Amino acid sequence: MSMTMNNRTPTTIDEADIPVWSHKPKTFPKKVKGPIRNLKWAVMAVLLAIYWGVPWFRFDRGPFAPDQAILIDLPGRKAYFLWFEIWPQEVYIVTGLLIVAAIGLFFVTAMLGRVWCGYACPQTVWTDLFMLVERWIEGDRAQRMKLDRAPFSMKKLGKRTAKFAAWAFIGMMTGGAWILYFNDAPTVVPELFTGEAGTAVYATVAFLTFSTFLMAGIARENVCTFMCPYARFQSAMFDQDTMVVSYHPARGEKRGKHKAGESWDGRGHCIDCRQCVDVCPTGIDIRDGLQMSCISCGLCVDACNSIMDKVGLPHGLISYDTERNIELKACGQKPKWNLLRLRTIGYGVVFALAGLGVLYALMARQPMDASVLADRNPLFVRLSNGDLRNGYTLKLLNKTPELHAVEIAAVGLTGAEVTVLGHETEAVPTVELAPDAVAAIRVFVRLPEADWKGSPLDFDFVVTDHGRNLTVSVPTRFEGPAK
Amino acid sequence: MSSEKRKYEVDPVTGSAIHPYSWDGIGELETPPPRWWVLTYLVCFLFAVGWWVAYPAWPYIAGYTKGVLGFSTRADVAEQIAAAKAAQAPYNNKLAQLDYAAIAADPELSTFAMAGGKALFGENCAQCHGSGANGNVGYPNLLDDDWLWGGDYTTLEQTVMHGVRSTNDEATRQSQMPAFGKDGILTREQVDDVVAYVLSLSGTAPADPAAAERGAQVFADNCVACHGDAGVGLREMGGPKLNDAIWLYGGDPKAVAAQVFNPRHGVMPAWAGRLDPLAIKKLVFYVHSLGGGE
Ligand code: SF4
Ligand code: SF4
Repeated sequence: MSMTMNNRTPTTIDEADIPVWSHKPKTFPKKVKGPIRNLKWAVMAVLLAIYWGVPWFRFDRGPFAPDQAILIDLPGRKAYFLWFEIWPQEVYIVTGLLIVAAIGLFFVTAMLGRVWCGYACPQTVWTDLFMLVERWIEGDRAQRMKLDRAPFSMKKLGKRTAKFAAWAFIGMMTGGAWILYFNDAPTVVPELFTGEAGTAVYATVAFLTFSTFLMAGIARENVCTFMCPYARFQSAMFDQDTMVVSYHPARGEKRGKHKAGESWDGRGHCIDCRQCVDVCPTGIDIRDGLQMSCISCGLCVDACNSIMDKVGLPHGLISYDTERNIELKACGQKPKWNLLRLRTIGYGVVFALAGLGVLYALMARQPMDASVLADRNPLFVRLSNGDLRNGYTLKLLNKTPELHAVEIAAVGLTGAEVTVLGHETEAVPTVELAPDAVAAIRVFVRLPEADWKGSPLDFDFVVTDHGRNLTVSVPTRFEGPAK
Repeated sequence: MSSEKRKYEVDPVTGSAIHPYSWDGIGELETPPPRWWVLTYLVCFLFAVGWWVAYPAWPYIAGYTKGVLGFSTRADVAEQIAAAKAAQAPYNNKLAQLDYAAIAADPELSTFAMAGGKALFGENCAQCHGSGANGNVGYPNLLDDDWLWGGDYTTLEQTVMHGVRSTNDEATRQSQMPAFGKDGILTREQVDDVVAYVLSLSGTAPADPAAAERGAQVFADNCVACHGDAGVGLREMGGPKLNDAIWLYGGDPKAVAAQVFNPRHGVMPAWAGRLDPLAIKKLVFYVHSLGGGE
């Protein structure tokens, strides 16, 4: 909102001249070198390696389960994560993990500001990758701006085609890797090329190719500024002691051009070279202060530090700092770090509790589970000799990739006799549980007439796996006529 | 509307035009939306137009525009049903080939057969036998261990196929209990005596032991032929067991007396011809699994 702009703005405009859409200038982020940029390259390399590499890790689970270390088996309704196998009814564990991740993000944000946005967010990582490719093909900022302004020519067409093709290729690789998390990687990759993979696979790859291209190639910083909800509510986690990328106006102002050898007296250290603006991937001017569009990538820090080197001034005109310290420094006081504060402790405690909760849920998870559904229509059956019989459907979940045999017994119901449909001849009914499957078995419990006193009897079905020394009991009740 | 060009004032802070209307002194800025927003709108409009062309969209009095792709949810359903049928085919083929014991030995097949049987039971049998198959007065309970004609697979199949006292099937199961009281075969006193005896068969101490003793003779003379000695029942004749806790028409003295005096007879239709053999097989398998199968 500088004065010059106001002066140039006319005071009236014709109705017909009001633009249909805004003409926001395009950003052409400039290449930058420095320690933060190097750190960002390293983070990017690690994250991309994880993304493309993880599905290829194998993990032996025996003959009945997939041997992919991390696999979400959608048709089988199961997720495999190393030693853990998550069933649909255990989705709360995933919910818990998401909560832990969210609180962790809040914690980091309260401490360090938007580091997630600047370093680890896929939007940033992929945009960085796309920009790198763009720079290889079309050159740095000045060349790209020139190319953008240039009229149509074969050269321009060639460069644009090359760039879009490269982006499309990366997009395809991105989509192609995504499906590896949902399919056996070594099987589905050849299938992709022979046309044997399923429609859903191709549709996913196509969609992700398109969305990667759109988000990392075209939309870029607009995702962070206009679409991302996290950008909108992060200010709720910020306070005076949060690390943000900031310009130190007390040191920088009054800004102005500076010739070599000139004195620095009576003026600020900012030489108004606009390097910080040129390198900014979101196209903003950090000297305007903390703003929503800043993703805290720190590239302007690198840019300004290299300028400071050139003009022989100390680093840190732009730096990661807290609002409190900027003020303190402005008054010439020593910076103060206030890491332990109600906000960070609070997030830390909630994070730890949620993490422990998830850990407990994973540890306490039983490899076998059972549930019972007592027949309601009818509640009981009278048999020839006057005995009463109740029917139950027992669902037995074998959450391991191995075969197991379990015994079914009714405990707490004196005189009762248990039979399992298909196992009528066995004294103690023993049922085989297929690996990673739910077995629904019909169980009949017969009670001699003499043992029926006229009110419902509570008892437990006890499912015992002697092989693993595992017992699961489910409570239910026996019904009969009123007496 | 005047044709002259309207002048808008420009807001000095934002550079946006200010709409000439003001509401209680509050103006509105004509800040243009971002370009991608406008273009997305446009794409959505075009998409909608494309949709009208491609898919069924506009109703008119006697029908609706069909769309060039010829999409129809009805055809979709038909396709899905056909696909489901095709998916069932291997199981059905196996079911048709195997006998009941072999089906029971295969857990996957028995689950399939029972699911099919349950659906068929709900459509065809539940009206009389109840949706839980527990029957009603006059309609046999299929869950218990008492069978009029027998509860093994073959007998069940025979009963389901040909029915009981069905009017249109030669091979139907027939049994007829004479109306002992109404037709004057037995006197009122004899009926009461035989009722007292019959009730004593299932273990209840008779209120009048002398009557029960007299009834034993009446029973021996008139009932044994169908109901067997001491009322053990005779399945070949469809003669119900009388020495157990299960009563088709009720087990109190009045209900038993009514049945001796002027018996009622249930009718079960013959299902062969109405249901295909595979459906009957599933039904029989299901009924056998309900708890009383022999
Ligand atoms: S890079 Fe540093 S010196 Fe250059 S304009 Fe930005 S703040 Fe000023
Ligand atoms: S202002 Fe600096 S830290 Fe913020 S997005 Fe731009 S370059 Fe990154």
